[in-house]
Order: sequence, then C-alpha cells, then structure tokens
Amino acid sequence: MKKYQAIIIGGGSAGLSAAVTLKKNGIEDILVIEKDEEPGGILEQCIHNGFGLQTFKEQLSGPAYAERYVRMAEEYDVNILLNTMVTKLTADRVIEYVNAEEGTVQVQADAVILAVGCYERPRGGINITGTRPAGIYTAGQAQRYLNIDGYMVGKRVMILGSGDIGLIMARRMTLEGAEVVGVAELMPYSNGLPRNIKQCLEDFNIPLYLSHTITEVFGTDRLEKVEMMEVDAKSNPIPGTEHYFNVDTLLLSVGLIPENHLADQAGIQMDPSTKGPVVDDRYMTSAEGIFACGNGLHVHDLVDYVSLQAEKSAEGAVSYLQNGMPQGDALRIQNGNQVSYCVPSKFYPQTPVEKLTVYFRVREPLKNATLIIRSGDKIIRTMKKRILIPSVMEEALLLKKDMSGLTEPITIEIAEEK
Amino acid sequence: MTKELVCVNCPLGCRLTVTVQHNQITAVSGNSCPRGKTYAESECIRPMRILTTTVRITNALHRVLPVITEQEIPLDLVMKAMEAVRNVKVAAPIQVGDIIVENLLGTGVNLVAARSMKQL
Amino acid sequence: MYDVVIIGAGITGTMLCRKLSQYRLKIAVLDQANDIAEGATMANSAVIHVGYDPEDGTNKAELNVKGALQYEQLCKDLHCKHKTVGAYIAACGAEEEAALGVLAARADARNIPYRWLSRADALPDEPNLSENVTRILDFYTTAVVYPWEVAVACMEVACQNGAELHLNSPCTGIAREDKCFRITTPNADFLTRYVVNAAGVHAEEIHNMVGKASWHATPRKGEYYVLDQDVQPIRHIIFPVPSKEKGKGVLAIPTVFGNTLIGPNSDFLEDPDDTGTTDSGLAYVRENIGKTLNHIPLNRSIRTFAGIRPTTSAPDFIIEEISEAPHFIDAVSIESPGLASSPAIADRIIEILAQSCPLEINPDAVMTREKPIVLADLSAEERNALIRENPSYGKIICRCEQISEGEIIDCIRRPCGARTVKGVKKRVRPGMGRCQGGFCEPKVLHILARELGISPLDVVYGGPDSNILQSENRI
Repeated sequence: MKKYQAIIIGGGSAGLSAAVTLKKNGIEDILVIEKDEEPGGILEQCIHNGFGLQTFKEQLSGPAYAERYVRMAEEYDVNILLNTMVTKLTADRVIEYVNAEEGTVQVQADAVILAVGCYERPRGGINITGTRPAGIYTAGQAQRYLNIDGYMVGKRVMILGSGDIGLIMARRMTLEGAEVVGVAELMPYSNGLPRNIKQCLEDFNIPLYLSHTITEVFGTDRLEKVEMMEVDAKSNPIPGTEHYFNVDTLLLSVGLIPENHLADQAGIQMDPSTKGPVVDDRYMTSAEGIFACGNGLHVHDLVDYVSLQAEKSAEGAVSYLQNGMPQGDALRIQNGNQVSYCVPSKFYPQTPVEKLTVYFRVREPLKNATLIIRSGDKIIRTMKKRILIPSVMEEALLLKKDMSGLTEPITIEIAEEK
Repeated sequence: MTKELVCVNCPLGCRLTVTVQHNQITAVSGNSCPRGKTYAESECIRPMRILTTTVRITNALHRVLPVITEQEIPLDLVMKAMEAVRNVKVAAPIQVGDIIVENLLGTGVNLVAARSMKQL
Repeated sequence: MYDVVIIGAGITGTMLCRKLSQYRLKIAVLDQANDIAEGATMANSAVIHVGYDPEDGTNKAELNVKGALQYEQLCKDLHCKHKTVGAYIAACGAEEEAALGVLAARADARNIPYRWLSRADALPDEPNLSENVTRILDFYTTAVVYPWEVAVACMEVACQNGAELHLNSPCTGIAREDKCFRITTPNADFLTRYVVNAAGVHAEEIHNMVGKASWHATPRKGEYYVLDQDVQPIRHIIFPVPSKEKGKGVLAIPTVFGNTLIGPNSDFLEDPDDTGTTDSGLAYVRENIGKTLNHIPLNRSIRTFAGIRPTTSAPDFIIEEISEAPHFIDAVSIESPGLASSPAIADRIIEILAQSCPLEINPDAVMTREKPIVLADLSAEERNALIRENPSYGKIICRCEQISEGEIIDCIRRPCGARTVKGVKKRVRPGMGRCQGGFCEPKVLHILARELGISPLDVVYGGPDSNILQSENRI
C-alpha cells in the first residue's frame, strides 16, 4: 500500500488552501483527491463577486478566487488526483479511492485532512407536500445548470429560503430574463447576508416574504403552482393565509449540511449542532491524525474563512506530523446563551496553541449585546457587539495565556441587552 | 426628502438615513464609519454594481465562460449590459482577465474573463 | 396477431409476462406511462408479506402464501435484492394480544413459521419499541425487496424471450372482432386473442371497454417518509396489530438499501393518478408511528412520497375471465399483499389461460436474468478488472450511493432500459441518497442525453413533459 505524509480529501477552496499550507511548511509528500474533472470545487459555479476581501483584499468572482488557489497549488507542485472519488476512510487513515485510470486503490497517510464541502438540504428535508413534478431544484443545482452548463431551468421562479445561494440565484435568473416572483423565508429575519438582500432582491424589486413558507406544490409533469403560507412564531403555517403563485420553477435554499459520510465511516465523533466532526484547537477530529476544515466541518458564510481555516487545519496537521499528539487532556469549548455552535470545540490547557479563533453563530438576530468568553466563573474576555445575526459567522479570539492552565471548559455566550 | 438605506459595506448593516434636496445630498446619518457615507452618496445619486454573467465559449471544458466587469457600472445599465453580452461568443483558450468586451456600453469599464479555460 | 396482450406494466403485468414468456406465445405489455412500474408498484411498502393477514378462503390468503414462497428463488434467478428482515407484529394491551392469537392460528393453518416474543425479548434488537408494546408475534421469514427492480427484471427476461413492451401506450378502446380483440392506442392497434387487464387503478376503465364491472375502483393513497441510511432506528419491519378499519396501520420498514420507510396512511383518492403528499396524510403517519415506536427521527427524512393502491369495492383480488367477454381476464383489485402475491397471481392467470389456450414450452426460453454489474457488490480485484476493461466503471457519478457512469450507461442500454432521470434512479439509484440528486442529477442528465442521442433540453425527469432544462442560455 502506497503511503503519503498527508492526503487531503477534496480539491476545493479548503483542500487547495490546506495543500499549499502543507507545502509551505515543508510537507512535500502529499496528495489531493478531487472528485471533479478540475480543481476549485463549488466556487466554479459561484460566478458572482464578493470573494477574496479578507484573503486577497480585492473583490473577486468565485472562479477567479479558485483560480488563485489553483495557481498556488501549481507553483508548489501539489499533486492533485482528478476525477477520483474516495470510497472509504478508516480511523487508521487508510483511504480507498477509485478512478478510471487506476481502478480501486488503497493508500495510507500519516495525516488526513477532510476538506469535503457540504451539500444542500433537499426537498425531503423540509415539509412541502404535493406532487413530485420537474421544476423543483436546489438553488445550487440551478446555479450549476445555468453557470457551468449554460441552461435556464425555468421562466417564472419562486425561491424558498433566503440563504445566500437562493438570493444570488434570484438576481442571476432575473438578469437572464426570468421573473422571480418572490423569496419566502420561514424565519422572521433573512438567512442571507445584508448585501445580498440589497443587491439581489431590492435592486430588482423582488419581494422577500419573511415568516412565510411554501406549503404545497402543484403540477403533474412540470411545476405549475405553489402555495405559500404565513407561519406563526413556532413556524407552523397559519390557516387562512394561503397565497398561490403560478410558477414553473421552485428553488430551494433551505440550508447547507456538511458532507460527513467519510467521517461517519471512520467512526469520527460528530457535533450534532454543526453536523460536522468535533475538532480540537488543531482541527484534529476524534480520530488521531485526521483533520477537518471548510464547509465539511461547518458551513461558512464567506469562502475567505474557509481558506483561512484550512490553513489552520494544515498547520495542525504539520504540528502533528512533527510533534505528535498535544500533551495533556483536552477541555471543551462549549456554546452558551444564544450561541448555536462553536468550532473548534476542544482545547489543550497544558499545551495551548498560540492563538485560537473560535468560530460561532448566534441563534437569532441580537443588538447591542455582549460576547462573553469564560471558563467556569472566570471571565476571560468580554466584547461589545452592536449587531449579531445568524447569517454571519462570528469569531471569539483566545490567546495562549487565556487557555493556559485552565481547569474548566470555556463557554462562549452572549449577554443580551436588558 | 429623506431616503432609508441599509449599508452593505460590512455585516453591521447600518441603517442609513439620507437627506436629499434638489438632487443633492445634504446629510447622511446612521453610519458608523466614513464608508457608509460614501456608499449612501453613490447609492442615492447613481447606484453602481459589479456585473457578473457568462458568455458562450467553444472548444472548452464547459459551454459557458464566467465574466465580470472590471469595475462597477451603473445599476441602471445592468439590464442593457446583459443584452449587450448575450450574443458574445469566445473561443478557448482564455486567460483569466482577458478582455471579452471592451468599454462595455461606453462606461469605460471592460468586461473580462473571470477564469481561464483551456482549449480542449 | 398477438396471443396475449397484458395491459399494465406493474408488478402483476410484468410478473405474468415473464412467466408467459416460457411458452411459445406472442406477447405484448402495454402501459400508459413512459416506464415500467410507474403505478402502485412504484411506491409501496416493498414488503413480501408471508400471508397471515388475509382472511380464510380468500384469493389473497391462498395467493399471498404461495407467492411469498416463490420470492427468494425468483430474486436469485433475476439477481434482485431480497432481504429477509423479519416482521414484528407489536400488540399493545390485552385486546390486541387476543388479535395476535387469531393471526397465529391462521399462520398455523397456513404453515407460516412464527415465534412469540415478549417486549423484553425484542428490546435488545429493537430498543426503540414503545413501552405500549406488550407482546410481539415475529414472522421471521418476512422479506423486503425493491419492487421496481423486480418488475424491471421480469420485463427484461420476458423481452429477452421475445415479448414486447410498449410504453407511452394508453389503451383507448377495446373492440371485439372475429375471434380476437382490437386494442386501440394512440400509436398503434393491437390484435390479440387474449387480454389481461392488469391496469391497476385504471382497471375499471379497461374492464368497462368490454363489459360492465360489478365492482368500483376506489383507489387509495398511502404516504411515507424515507429516512437517511445513517439513521436505522429499526432492524425488523414493525407492524401495529392490523384492524378492519385501518388496514395494516403505520409501519416501519428497513429497506434493502438501509433506508427506513415510515408509513403509510390510507386515504381515498378522487384522481387515480394523484400521487401528491398531503399535510394531513403525513401528520397521520407522524402521529401513528408513535403507537409502536419511540424516537423515530423523522427530522432525518430525505424524502416523502405517496403511493397509490388499486383498491376496489371488492374485498378480495379478482382474477377471472369475465363472463361478458371470454378470453378477457381481469387481474384487478390487486391491493396489498399484491406484491407478495404476484408470482402466484401470474400462475393463477396462466391456469385460466391454459383452459382454452394450448401452452407449449419454448425450449429456448431463458427465465433468468444476466446479473447486472453493481460495483458495490464486487471485490476490489473484480472491480479493477472491470475498470481496466471499461474505464467508465471507475468514474463515480453519485457520491452518496457510489454509482459509476458505467452502471448508469448499462441501465440505459439494457433491454427495457431507462429513458428518464427517474428511470435511471429507479434502476441504479443515483439521487436516492441524502443529497437527493443535488450533485449527480446534472451528470445523469448529460449521460442520458449522450446515450439517447438527444439534446439535454429534451431529457425528462419522469413524465413526458417533465423537462428539467427549459432553454439554452447562450446559443
């Protein structure tokens, strides 16, 4: 069985960033395994701009952002295996992959980085009753058909869910001549970034129906009509609020879920709140030497953070390859009041990292709140936050001195304005 | 006359109030930083946007090539720009940044390739 | 001139066609839909009931027991999935336990094996059993299959033996001519000596083209949840105790592919082709599964669907030559346990045919199907040999179910091959996993277009007008 120092599963923005970081740190013997025919991942279909402000200090389109990383990978001579699907992963880092040239191959690595991305919640994951006609797509699927294959999926469009891909597709299809009749959002607030609400909906007078959902679809072969209803505080449809829209297309933008099939297979502990693996401050999962990053770990708001996090996970892998496991026992980093999850969610108080950025999201929009980082009764840091919204990923910074020698878990919580 | 806007420069999403008299902005409030003021001014006089779309490409991996305006163009020209781009056809190979349409609709802004595509 | 035309390419029609194809007969199967198994066979519980449920003296009782016994061998011959999972009939309280006694007595009389379990006996295997459950009757030979696969495989065998399949061929009229019937469809007329009406929910319309049915179609709809393979809350099929009013009740079924089905409800249908799911139907399923099971993670549902059942006002299967039109044979009212009974239903129809039609065995007929290539079932060496020979087996299209391009191409090129995205999905399962086709559907669409030599714009999801792409965005 062929052995590598490190194997990265996934050649999208996370995987390429991790690969380049490994090479920069002198880890030469690495392999990136990518299922598609070219590296770059989902960014290739995200042709809108807004990528790269953090990483490159400029506004790039998705494909241009990806190309920067593809170039870097080329410069560092990263070995990328294309058209190759990983079919198995074990806790002792044996990977089975398959492609047309080599068939099924087993390889082993001292370190594995999962950079597998996420998938879109399909119709079955939400409650829409009715028929099963063509014309219902996840937003990303329609995006692929339009931006990669060059086909329009429909002319009169309703969008369910105000996630960013849904908003982006509202604008994109409008530009291509479709009529987008509205975006229905179950929550009383949008799940997309404010700039997308403005530039994708308001610029084109597309109505956003907050606290509304699509309850039923009609049509035998092709979608003909959808039923929209207002929902109460518990998200239950309110009888008597039925509205009907004659549309041939319904796009679903109702959430992204980390792709965790391989992690599950390796018996890696999962975090039910992120639906990705639990990782420590080095981005190592519960399986020794297996790391995770990017949207396969938790769903990010901006690709820039995916790249940054992938660097951190690669640094974790470098540290593991050079020094082995951290000393001492890990403690939890847990989510407190109004915080829906924390990543990473473990740290080593005896051997803390220099600087740890903990990513989290809030459960609902909050104003003039205070972020509190504490360990037991000890307050490590507080920070005023004017506005917190669930669609934006927040950061809590922990320094080595903050974590060093702690005996109780760290809690990240929000104190709300009284 | 006053106009309400949400600033899109950063996630804060400040709610801006702009006072306009005789097509001139006389006051901006609600912004937390100078970028908010600049945004409000441009947004009230002539909103500007980056346009991203695709053009047909032949002899390449995909049927279409993503393209982007090098700078913002007026929002009111966006639909017209789409029409202007609709029938543009290019052939691979294309390098990222290659000019696809020069001086789009006389705006002085070029439409360029958003990625490279090799010839098949 | 055909010897036999079967109307309906569901499990009844295809199973019959396969069995008939061993004789020297000219046979055709007609179906209104554009694929095999688009009606009741498409969406049901997929259970091979062993036959304890139907009342004594019925066709259902006799044919269910006989049919179920044939399945294991049948699935071997056809290389179809067949998994003996066992069925727990879970009684809650004394009254239901008494009802279990009736089932056990029937099982004794019909030689169906079973055993009694206490709740404690069952808990290690089924930790999610509700505390309501007091006693269990375990029919441990009960199996699950993949009904479409069986129907498609039967039709493949029949076609291999010379039978014809005519899809997109709704029967619009049947006229009696001299010693034969003329069946009209929009594409062609079929002259045939015998007609078998296996038209499922449309059987009454077909019957009334030659006579007047003494029964009425009263189709019912059953709605189900499909759970992700990652959550497997049950290992056996879990039934509540059946009742006259509610039929078999809401069950939990482990499918051959590791998904779990939860359902069905049972509602009368006005439109026999209405397979829409409803709020009330799914609510019924949610409420009633709690009778026998706790902690069913319906939030991990990847899909809901509704199936139609060709119920009629008759209480039993009707399998008979109709009095007004000799040589016209009804196989109607084939509701549950129709899937399990279908091999025996076919045998019964052949007996009826044999009374007036000499059946001569065709020595060249092959009743088995060549094993389709399923990569997941092969050893690494076998897979690699195959990929060396044909690299398309090394190109994985569906990452959830790990289906290769080669398998998709095969299912399009086989006899009675897939012509739609749904047809591919039915045969080799890309899009059946947790992403429900989010990633692989565009790829399947392009493979179909290439294999069928059509524009991607003309590829349909399921029905004839269910195009996925509407226009070329850049010419």
